[in-house]
Amino acid sequence: MVNIQINGKMLEVENGAMVIEAADEAGIKIPRFCYHKNLSIAANCRMCLVDVEKAAKPLPACATPVTEGMIIHTQSPKAIAAQKSVMEFLLINHPLDCPICDQGGECELQDVAMGYGDDVSRYSEKKRVVANKNLGPLINTDMTRCIHCTRCVRFGEEIAGIKELGMTGRGEHAEIGTYVAKTVSSELSGNVIDLCPVGALTSKPFRYSARAWELRQFDSIAPHDCLGSNIHVHTRQDKVMRVVPKDNEAINETWLSDRDRFSYEGLNSEERLQSPMVKYNGEWQETDWDTALIAAVDGLKNIVASAGADNIGMLMSPSATLEEMFLSQKLMRALGCHNIDHRLRQQDFRDQDNAPVFPWLGQSIENLEQVDAALLIGSNLRKDQPIAGHRIRKAAIADAKIMFINPVDYEFLFPVAEKIITDPRQMGKELGAVAKALIEVAGVTAPEGLKALLENVVPTEQHKLIASNLSNANNATIILGLSAHTNPDFSTLRALASLVAEMANCTIGYLTDGANSSGGWLTGAIPHRTHQQEKVSSKNLNALEMLRSGLKAFVLQGIEPEKDCADHALALNAMEQAEFVVALSMYKSESLLSEANVLLPVSPFTETSGTFVNVEGCWQSFNAVVEPLGDSRPAWKVWRVLGNLFNVDDFDYLSSDEVRDEVHSFAGSVTADNKIAWKIPNALQNNVDGVVRIVDTSIYSIDPIVRRAPSLQQTADARIPAIHIGEELATRIGLMDADQALVRQGNGQVTLPVIIDDRLPKDSVLIPPCEMGETYLGYESSVVELEKI
Amino acid sequence: MSQSGLSTKTKSSKSKLHLLAEEVRAEIDQELTKYPNGWSISACMPALRIVQDANGGSLTTELMDAVAEYLGVPEISVYEVATFYSMYELKPVGRHKICVCTNISCMLCGSDGIVEHLKSKLGIGFGETTDDGKFTLKEVECLGACGGAPMFQVGRDYHENLTPEKIDKILDQLD
Ligand code: SF4
Ligand code: FES
Ligand code: FES
Repeated sequence: MVNIQINGKMLEVENGAMVIEAADEAGIKIPRFCYHKNLSIAANCRMCLVDVEKAAKPLPACATPVTEGMIIHTQSPKAIAAQKSVMEFLLINHPLDCPICDQGGECELQDVAMGYGDDVSRYSEKKRVVANKNLGPLINTDMTRCIHCTRCVRFGEEIAGIKELGMTGRGEHAEIGTYVAKTVSSELSGNVIDLCPVGALTSKPFRYSARAWELRQFDSIAPHDCLGSNIHVHTRQDKVMRVVPKDNEAINETWLSDRDRFSYEGLNSEERLQSPMVKYNGEWQETDWDTALIAAVDGLKNIVASAGADNIGMLMSPSATLEEMFLSQKLMRALGCHNIDHRLRQQDFRDQDNAPVFPWLGQSIENLEQVDAALLIGSNLRKDQPIAGHRIRKAAIADAKIMFINPVDYEFLFPVAEKIITDPRQMGKELGAVAKALIEVAGVTAPEGLKALLENVVPTEQHKLIASNLSNANNATIILGLSAHTNPDFSTLRALASLVAEMANCTIGYLTDGANSSGGWLTGAIPHRTHQQEKVSSKNLNALEMLRSGLKAFVLQGIEPEKDCADHALALNAMEQAEFVVALSMYKSESLLSEANVLLPVSPFTETSGTFVNVEGCWQSFNAVVEPLGDSRPAWKVWRVLGNLFNVDDFDYLSSDEVRDEVHSFAGSVTADNKIAWKIPNALQNNVDGVVRIVDTSIYSIDPIVRRAPSLQQTADARIPAIHIGEELATRIGLMDADQALVRQGNGQVTLPVIIDDRLPKDSVLIPPCEMGETYLGYESSVVELEKI
Repeated sequence: MSQSGLSTKTKSSKSKLHLLAEEVRAEIDQELTKYPNGWSISACMPALRIVQDANGGSLTTELMDAVAEYLGVPEISVYEVATFYSMYELKPVGRHKICVCTNISCMLCGSDGIVEHLKSKLGIGFGETTDDGKFTLKEVECLGACGGAPMFQVGRDYHENLTPEKIDKILDQLD
């Protein structure tokens, strides 16, 4: 610690801190453009010049480390003069176009110019003009406004891991740009909008739609991945205008993924369901809530009477709130129905009784950047959970050994120590080989049954390296990602991963689907356990079994079954076969209109209060920021009224807080433990022959809101339906790039263009979820047939 | 910080390494030995010079990409260097590049007249190349030869205390 003095204030500051950090800490304002607390120091704008006693010239506060006894003045005549001169230089080439600039009102340059600029410019020569760049559908550029702080450049290099923006030319001719026009392809790209202190980089979807001073700001939680990034929602006249990050060092720091930032467009979609609807004799009619609720209750009562309550299935979005999940399962169980699930994309449930109370990250999000080795199984980390990807990237850059066992050779923008790219059928075998290597390398004793299971497995050098990297590390972790969860051998992967974790003495964690999987487990939105963690002994079907069992009725919340379930074709078929379908939905989608009998309009996260429990077990509650659109209502209220209409006891909640507090009373103190008892998996791999399909739900088709955000749908990550196929397999079948081919999977078939993709393992093709008219394909890792046409 | 993870290479973009000849690579390798591991970006300037020389005095985007690929650094990092320094040419140049200094010492000693003479003799302006591809004319800042102002540089040679007659003699000797 050193003692310094700023503007007469005595401060005790950490050794090595910069003057600007000390000042920020003490609440003393120093103007700045290039300095940003989460980026490296460039010290190129010179706006932060301060007067340091005994120094001949003013010094940049952002690049001057504190020293014992330093006396600093930020407002002395010398400091002010320096800052004024810098301001004058910065304004020389800056256009005076604030009235038509989107940054107006929230522009750092405008603000600082108010304090340090002169009212009249002495500069009457020509100003320079810079051509705008095309940075894709999310970021708008007005490069003449750029003041060359290089925050955007440093962000690309240091945070996003893609250096696409750069400064070319020099002096007067210096320009920020991508030189050869390239769309910024990072999943975190929108952050440059916040970073840019001026109006050079602004949000394209938000452009010209509102002024900063017209907006009201509310806190909320992003609803698309299991991290629960903290956000500010900006609204005007009861409409969500945009979303920006809210600092939370423990979760998203200052960053936000593009998905969380731009998905709000989906909230204002034309397709929003605005009033309750009931289908009478095949004709939809808009109606009032009472009629619709009675129709729903009567329909369900009929099914209970004729076929029994266990002929109903309830499918819940994994991004529904804790309150919604709790109330819905409470209602269904009271009716005698235990077919309740939020694990929609999962297909292997064999070990669910053995699963942890709630599968969680196994560590704090912050710890992800502290690990010195990590093995991720089935994870497209960057796209699945961009913020977790950023944390792991930091670890990788600090020389942690980050390793993957994946079905696709995804691009990670950090050094990957080892990767095994394998057919989804073989993932268990590869993990088994790591376990065997660990026994050999580390000399741990194998638990019962393992030896026989791994008899035919021969670990390669690579398996041994992974094993030794894990066992030699002090802080290592194994994480099961999204595509591990959808793998048909999830239980095998879980058993082996837990075993490897135990043998290598590292943590085991999960990165789960949706924003509230943790809440789903805690509230009993799973068939086999109640919210009190009691085992359900009566008949209970998981998500996949429900679709397979020809149930007579379904209750849905927040999903489109043929897009959000493991097997798209099966889901569609199950809905069509069912006699009665009630959907609590935000959208009036084509498919729901054809499948459902009653549509109840419910609110997205911006129009309801609720709670998400993130993957580290952190409970984050939020409030509604705008009124529900049209006649839509918060889903927790709908469940409460349904509970009342069914005369279920204890259903008189007055607020969502009351519901949350009740859940908290039994689930708040649950300690999460991912360790599971070792159980021998049946087999290491499933021996299906033929070519299998990898589904790989893309970052921008993961839930109904994102699917309706037009700007995100125009990015490179919003993949077009196509068959991605490896060179070798393509040649074998006689397919070439850009050919059309027919795919058959189960009962579905579609014709799609072929893309040769060298990221794929043998005997696998990647076909993202297809939304081609009426045709839907089956599920992850099942066999497909391909035919050239 | 390790630099190796920063490459932007996507799988689909085609490799441009074949644009660098054996000898060129050998020369770049020589430069690379001067810098510590993981800091191949430091060899960017010499690499660009080597590639520019081998390509008749100028660079292309493809060649810059090839350099980036060879050094394992983002393409934009190479563009930044190539566009910052005036000695890298991003458009084809003539066989002889004439760089005339117009900075203060040369200006005081009459560089205006020198420029005038060159322009009318060659029939081109700054940044242009004669039709026969022989000369390119460039305006540059101080080349550190103020003692012999006015001056210019042709290829690698400095010529000082210029007069129109002296210029004619110098240029006439070139082929
Ligand atoms: S575009 Fe914005 S963030 Fe980037 S250098 Fe210019 S002013 Fe800074
Ligand atoms: S903020 Fe210190 S030089 Fe830019
Ligand atoms: S001013 Fe011309 S060489 Fe210095």
